[in-house]
Amino acid sequence: MLKISNLNVIFHTYAGEVKALNGVELSVNKSELLGLVGESGCGKTVTSLSIVGLLPPNAEVVSGEILLNEKNLLTMTKEEMRKARLKDVAIVFQDPLTYLNPVLTVGSQITEIISTEPKIFLPKLLEHRLDEIAQVENEKGRLDTQLLSEKQHLNSALETGKLDANEIKRLTRNYILSILRSVRLPHPEKALESYPFELSGGMRQRVMIAMALVRRPKLLLADEMTTALDVTVQAQILQLMKELRNDIDASVILITHDLAVVAEVCDRVAVMYAGDVVEVADVDELFKNPLHPYTQGLLASIPRVDSTIDQQSSIGGSVPNLIYPPSGCRFNPRCPKAFGKCPQTKPKLVEVSPRHLVSCFLYEE
Amino acid sequence: METNPPSETVQYGRGADIRHALHLLKRNRIVLAGAMVSVASIMLALLSGLLVNPTSWNQQNSNVILCWNNPAIDWHIINVFNCGGAVYPLGTDLYGRGLLQMIILAIPVDLCIAFEVVASAVLIGVILGGLAAYMGGLVDEIILRVTDIFLAVPGILLAIVLLVVLGRSIPVLTTAVLITWWPFYVRLVRSQVLGEKEKPYVERLHAMGAPGFRILFRHVVPNSIFPVVVQATLDIGAVILTVSALMFIGLTPDPKFPELGNLAKQGIQYLFTAPWLILFPGLTLLVISIGFNLLGDGIRDIFDPRLRR
Repeated sequence: MLKISNLNVIFHTYAGEVKALNGVELSVNKSELLGLVGESGCGKTVTSLSIVGLLPPNAEVVSGEILLNEKNLLTMTKEEMRKARLKDVAIVFQDPLTYLNPVLTVGSQITEIISTEPKIFLPKLLEHRLDEIAQVENEKGRLDTQLLSEKQHLNSALETGKLDANEIKRLTRNYILSILRSVRLPHPEKALESYPFELSGGMRQRVMIAMALVRRPKLLLADEMTTALDVTVQAQILQLMKELRNDIDASVILITHDLAVVAEVCDRVAVMYAGDVVEVADVDELFKNPLHPYTQGLLASIPRVDSTIDQQSSIGGSVPNLIYPPSGCRFNPRCPKAFGKCPQTKPKLVEVSPRHLVSCFLYEE
Repeated sequence: METNPPSETVQYGRGADIRHALHLLKRNRIVLAGAMVSVASIMLALLSGLLVNPTSWNQQNSNVILCWNNPAIDWHIINVFNCGGAVYPLGTDLYGRGLLQMIILAIPVDLCIAFEVVASAVLIGVILGGLAAYMGGLVDEIILRVTDIFLAVPGILLAIVLLVVLGRSIPVLTTAVLITWWPFYVRLVRSQVLGEKEKPYVERLHAMGAPGFRILFRHVVPNSIFPVVVQATLDIGAVILTVSALMFIGLTPDPKFPELGNLAKQGIQYLFTAPWLILFPGLTLLVISIGFNLLGDGIRDIFDPRLRR
């Protein structure tokens, strides 16, 4: 589905070149929920912004490729990239209030996604309504005349690709309401009429998710999606993500620094450190059997409610300055198990056991 | 002790907006006064054709020049002519026309020029300022340098030159004032858009693949428009004053033309013999421009949904 290989991104800053991503390797399978974890500044967000092509102007992609369904996102023109963002790659940001336009109603902000490019979305609208009609048919065994004629009408519209504006409007509203219902937004009709500040944090985040889902993306990036929400709402949103993943048929990358979130919802986890993906494994495997010394340190430093300890375990040292990153394995200055080879060359990400990849010399032959 | 019961339903949507705006308007007396004056002057302007014969300004009646027959005010001036039987509530002017009628005819002239100038300036400002800020680089540079050129020339002087060269007519006057007015809006809109386009929701729109022009004109501009609306309302008063000033110094299409500055101009020579001649057009100018100024201040508080919680 998505395959990132050898992605190097640098930021040109006054202080020097920040080598933010150092050959990131990552792949996401179809309909998979991948968690991308790591501490602040390790390159999680830069990775996601590279995928959607929204890196800030001072960033430069030095090398690498990002393949989405065999198409390289990095070599696309601006317009192709815009279309890709519209159709294929959606991103949900962390703070749902500031990411909504304060002066337009929620409804007009969702609707405009469709109304700006009606050609792209028309088949989706028609198929959605036809699915609804088919569902009624399944339940009742037959259709009344009204629905039957609507079905024929929509089928012919599907073939010709033409439908008049009012009907598109009606279908759009119907489609959006059903999406809003699927994200469990209470009173969706009312919410469409309200301004972002009239909604609670959880409702806004549901709106943001709905905005992503409306486009039926192939890949959904959730960048610290639940960070700004309180724990109960966070739990609801995560539950929602779990439920939705079956319906939306999209791959999801959940970017977070919260390992509990990862353990709760993800299928696989990629751990990043200082611009490198250091370990990728299935969730259970990673929590049971962390291989990379950084992952081990990270898991050991999760505070636990059920034990009283005097000293919270932590990883010694501090995150390296990425203008002058350590040579070789970027974790070597802080690594308790570092040895001669570590500062010299960068370890490759290799599969040490089935579906468990790690980039560390301890596990290389 | 009076306690309000908690309201059971929260109001949403546009209806609630308008109700809330009216509520804020009622609370703020000064703004309410400004709004009333502005609305009243606009109404008067719209109805002026019905109240006064629009061509009457061109008539002349040498029998009733500079007369005052309103017993409500005694000017203590000896040589005031009597107007015979006719009633002129605000006296008559140099041409024997009723001053009240002339003021009623002048209000739409002034307001119309002011609205035309401000609306065009806002439009130009939004388009050029928006593009300059949003596209940046060379486009920004070109637009800014052009506004600089226009700002470098003193506004009133440029207007005078244009009126003298192109002839003294209302369209030329409107254009002349507009030419000195639009650069401020370009700068204002540009500065607002520059701040607004860095906001997270713009990033989200990019991430959703929204087209650039749509992001600019549907999202960024409406979010940056409040200072512009305030400025525009304030400028209605300012443009009226500028236009009157130009007329006052004699740049009129016709000495008899009903325009507040032009009407006031007649009065300078007769300051002590016919004070109403300068007083009432001047007062009208004052009231209208203060009215729009107060309204401008109030609009921001009322129509900015972000200030409402």
